[in-house]
Amino acid sequence: MELDNLYQEVILDHYKRPQHKKLSPTYDAQVHHVNPSCGDEIDLNLSIADGVVTNISWDGVGCSISQASVSILSDLLIGKPIAQAYSIFDQFVALMQSKGAIAGDEEVLEDAIALAGVSKYPARIKCALLGWMAFKDASVQAQAKSELE
Amino acid sequence: MTFDPLTIRKDFPIFDRSIRDGKRLVYLDSGATSQKPRAVMQAESDFYSQHNAAAHRGAHQLAEEATEAIESARAIVANFLGGATDEIVFTKSSTEALNLLAYSIGSAPVGNRFHLKAGDEIVVSEMEHHANLIPWQELAKRSGAVLKWFEVDKDGRLDLSNISEVITSRTKVVALTHQSNVLGTINPLTELVERTHEVGAIFILDACQSVPHMSVNVAELDIDFLAFSGHKSVGPTGVGVLWGRSNLLAELPPFLFGGSMIESVTMTDATWAPAPRKFEPGVPNMAQIVGLGAALNYLTAIGMEKIHEHETHLTEYALAKLQEIPELRIVGPTDMSLRGGAVSFTVGKIHPHDLGQFLDNAGIAVRTGHHCAWPLTRKMGVASTTRASFYLYNTTEDIDALVSGIKDAQKYFG
Repeated sequence: MELDNLYQEVILDHYKRPQHKKLSPTYDAQVHHVNPSCGDEIDLNLSIADGVVTNISWDGVGCSISQASVSILSDLLIGKPIAQAYSIFDQFVALMQSKGAIAGDEEVLEDAIALAGVSKYPARIKCALLGWMAFKDASVQAQAKSELE
Repeated sequence: MTFDPLTIRKDFPIFDRSIRDGKRLVYLDSGATSQKPRAVMQAESDFYSQHNAAAHRGAHQLAEEATEAIESARAIVANFLGGATDEIVFTKSSTEALNLLAYSIGSAPVGNRFHLKAGDEIVVSEMEHHANLIPWQELAKRSGAVLKWFEVDKDGRLDLSNISEVITSRTKVVALTHQSNVLGTINPLTELVERTHEVGAIFILDACQSVPHMSVNVAELDIDFLAFSGHKSVGPTGVGVLWGRSNLLAELPPFLFGGSMIESVTMTDATWAPAPRKFEPGVPNMAQIVGLGAALNYLTAIGMEKIHEHETHLTEYALAKLQEIPELRIVGPTDMSLRGGAVSFTVGKIHPHDLGQFLDNAGIAVRTGHHCAWPLTRKMGVASTTRASFYLYNTTEDIDALVSGIKDAQKYFG
């Protein structure tokens, strides 16, 4: 079924067993993002130390795509240097905006490659990007804070 | 003429196409926008190919024909609502019509019956669409008026037990929906309108979800203003209607200023043409207005009573079938008293976006989300819902397809 391209097994797994879905009490930045078209919401806490993403934790309500995407993001970006996390972020966003034209690099995107099918459903791209935009926002805030200190 | 949705469907070209690789289109999203019959498209097309010129301007034949086309459409709308022709104002949408009211009321000077001062009250309800909530929130902020509202009970009905505390001698405006776009609830207007007039306030009806689906007569309802949109009434996008009592339109200040809404202009001042022209600056959306006239003629020929009866039958059928599904919760009234054909629901833990996507894969179009009524979905204790809404071209087979699609989704996401 064509729908299986969208709802890959990996996505449904992450949806049913989300990773890092418990807000950590300590963080360098905390953000709250909303998808106003559907009401989905996410809180995301981010910790950064010496230019490395040391922790991402989150909580939220949303569809399987948005929930799986942030779960995958957390798994993927924890432990990565910020510069590398941004590179992964850029590749993921490009994949989402590709309308199915690019396949994405599985070496870089790992489980996030399972979201490639989303790019063919324009209404769902915002769902897949909700957690990623929250991460980007939090990382900018966390870095600004560390520069002040 | 007997009512046959399958015959009616033949008037709507969109049902000739297929969805997602050859599937039959099951369109259950008429609450968002309705499909269009050939007669409406033809009327728009004929206007452009035969009569196009700037209405109300110019002395040439085409300008006369364009003016005649618009004014005929105005008469059709007036008849449809039971109002007078010069009480019909064309806007680009019902959202614009409601904003027009909020801005015009907000600019009424001291001495004008619409003038709002700090401490005056504006009354809405928790079940308003954002288009009949935010304009009043903003007007309250600008004027210092107080925004008050009727609450919604757990069954999705307005709680009117405190009507005399909500609508008081300080109330100037009561703006309520006729039928909730989320719950399907039809509000009992008699008591509300009586109370509104008792305190000397005006009653504004958001009729977007009622005018397309049942006979609505402004004189019988005894209301003061009404807004509805063309595109939900098998008409074109880009045209909405504001109806207002003629004596009120005469006193209401204009909202948008420009060409052809004036009586006289000098370098420092202007005076206004009588309503409805006072509220229609600029060359109007002529083809869309003409298309709306054709749409209302189409509905009238079928009969609004028959359409309402058909939708009542579909809604009753849908409520019964949907409630047989385990874990499905109807968000809104489950009895048919004062209830229209918009049915919102949740299905266990399946997110409405996922359910909507799954149904789409089967050719079934539903709406998912908060339906531009966020305070209401919050009040009903849900983040979002899935909504099926019915119209004259829907059948019980469409509802069977929906029910079977939901059951398949439960297996898929379970």
